[in-house]
Amino acid sequence: MQIYLPIAEVSVNAFLLLGLGGMVGVLSGMFGVGGGFLMTPLLFFIGIPPAVAVATEANQIVASSFSGVLAHLKRKSVDLRMGCVLLIGGLVGAALGVVIFNYLKALGQVDLLVRLCYVVFLGVVGSLMFVESLNAIRRSKQPVARPTRKKHGLVHALPFKMRFRVSGLYISVIPPILVGLVVGILAAIMGVGGGFIMVPAMIYLLGMPTKVVVGTSLFQIIFVTGFTTLLHATTNFTVDVVLAVLLLVGGVIGAQFGTIIGARMKAEQLRILLAGMVLLVCGKLACDLLIMPSELYSLAAEGGH
Amino acid sequence: MRRFLLLILLLFPGLANGEETIVADLSQRHVSITTNFNGSEILIFGAVRREGPRIDEPLDVIITVAGPPSPITVRKKDRVAGIWVNTDQAELDSAPSFYAMLSTGNLDEIISATEDLRHRITTPQLIRAVDVGATEGTENFVDALIRIREEEGAYQRRDNSVGIIDETLFRATVELPANLTEGDYDTTMYLVRNGEVVNKFATSIDVQKVGLERFLFSLAHNQPLVYGLMSLAIAIAAGWLASAAFTVMLRR
Repeated sequence: MQIYLPIAEVSVNAFLLLGLGGMVGVLSGMFGVGGGFLMTPLLFFIGIPPAVAVATEANQIVASSFSGVLAHLKRKSVDLRMGCVLLIGGLVGAALGVVIFNYLKALGQVDLLVRLCYVVFLGVVGSLMFVESLNAIRRSKQPVARPTRKKHGLVHALPFKMRFRVSGLYISVIPPILVGLVVGILAAIMGVGGGFIMVPAMIYLLGMPTKVVVGTSLFQIIFVTGFTTLLHATTNFTVDVVLAVLLLVGGVIGAQFGTIIGARMKAEQLRILLAGMVLLVCGKLACDLLIMPSELYSLAAEGGH
Repeated sequence: MRRFLLLILLLFPGLANGEETIVADLSQRHVSITTNFNGSEILIFGAVRREGPRIDEPLDVIITVAGPPSPITVRKKDRVAGIWVNTDQAELDSAPSFYAMLSTGNLDEIISATEDLRHRITTPQLIRAVDVGATEGTENFVDALIRIREEEGAYQRRDNSVGIIDETLFRATVELPANLTEGDYDTTMYLVRNGEVVNKFATSIDVQKVGLERFLFSLAHNQPLVYGLMSLAIAIAAGWLASAAFTVMLRR
């Protein structure tokens, strides 16, 4: 069934969009990533103009993250207090990121920088996580259970300590705010919710349990992408609500399934799968940069980037 | 239809000597883009009204349909330090969003280059590119634009697609694709003999969004904040609804 999108001004197959939304929704519920880094290239591929794809994508992520968070809230696997602390850093970071983005845009070649950013971050995050979870799986197979060591690093020495009961942590608020800030900056520059950076940062830098991380990440993604949607809608007029509805119908259902699947899997398995997916997208982007394109020329509407 | 065409022929007897003019119409002058819009087929039909004796030289008809023009940037990639990067770009002043050329024969043989230039019939003539700001030749960028748009089906050239009966009645159908932009689609018909345009007739097709499409488009542009909040509300409501539905399902 073909549907004409009023803002994108293209006609697309409704079932294809429902399917895409569902697929990305499952991943979103499982891993706590918004799925923007997967969905945006897919939308380009089916012919949605880039500006519309990026803006509409943000709106769709709001829906699937909200659906996912509700499911996680029922399992009590959202650390609301940690989420709020991260969000404070995140919003400040996002504002800073927009400033940096505009500065880079004035210098030119921002497109290339965003791509390189993607390849580097996806590559680093993906491979670190992959190696770590592989080790964790190997360790868990050994019969002798080692006593878990409590690390007393810098994270514990800082002031302004706060108890995060759901995560089982008693740490300073400075590291979470810094993590939120850095992720916020990157998210604004790269135009994504930042889940795929946030999730590993929470696990490895803050030492949060994997099960809590997913719900908490989704919680803060809602606000970041909600803000982005409004920004795009008011400045660029590029949010296509018909496209968003088609994507999010699939997305919210997928997110529910994803949460169920995620709850049944081991933390290491979940991490290794996320790492694999991140590396796959990274590889695809790297190939695009390295392999000679079949069409050297590309079209862009005036004023776009 | 045929009766109507005959009527046209009978109604216009008096004209200057030897002159040939086009009388034509379209099956529809308005195209409404609705939610389930899936392209549109428009029938173009007309007749040659002539005064005086018939000229023996063969007569050809060319029909062009041009979508609303807009400026466009064409970028070119090149290899820099091992990776493919946009290195050059041309800002073309104006190119139609859609362009169809239909004719009774092979377009290259029908019309002479000078006449093409004068009446701006073939696609390259329609693309205005002055002071594009590219380091490389402009033609490469214009060619690339045409190549890409032809692949998308936005630019069409269909030779031998206009049927002509007895050098008098002609008809053709033009297929407007599903990915239409709004605006006036200028439709021009040319009578051509010996490579020269004898007469031309212009009209236009009005393409407009209607209903829900119209409503959403205007809302997005006139009240962006309301539109943005509405989009968010829909997203939140859908997220909640799915969650609620699953809770009910899982309880069973």
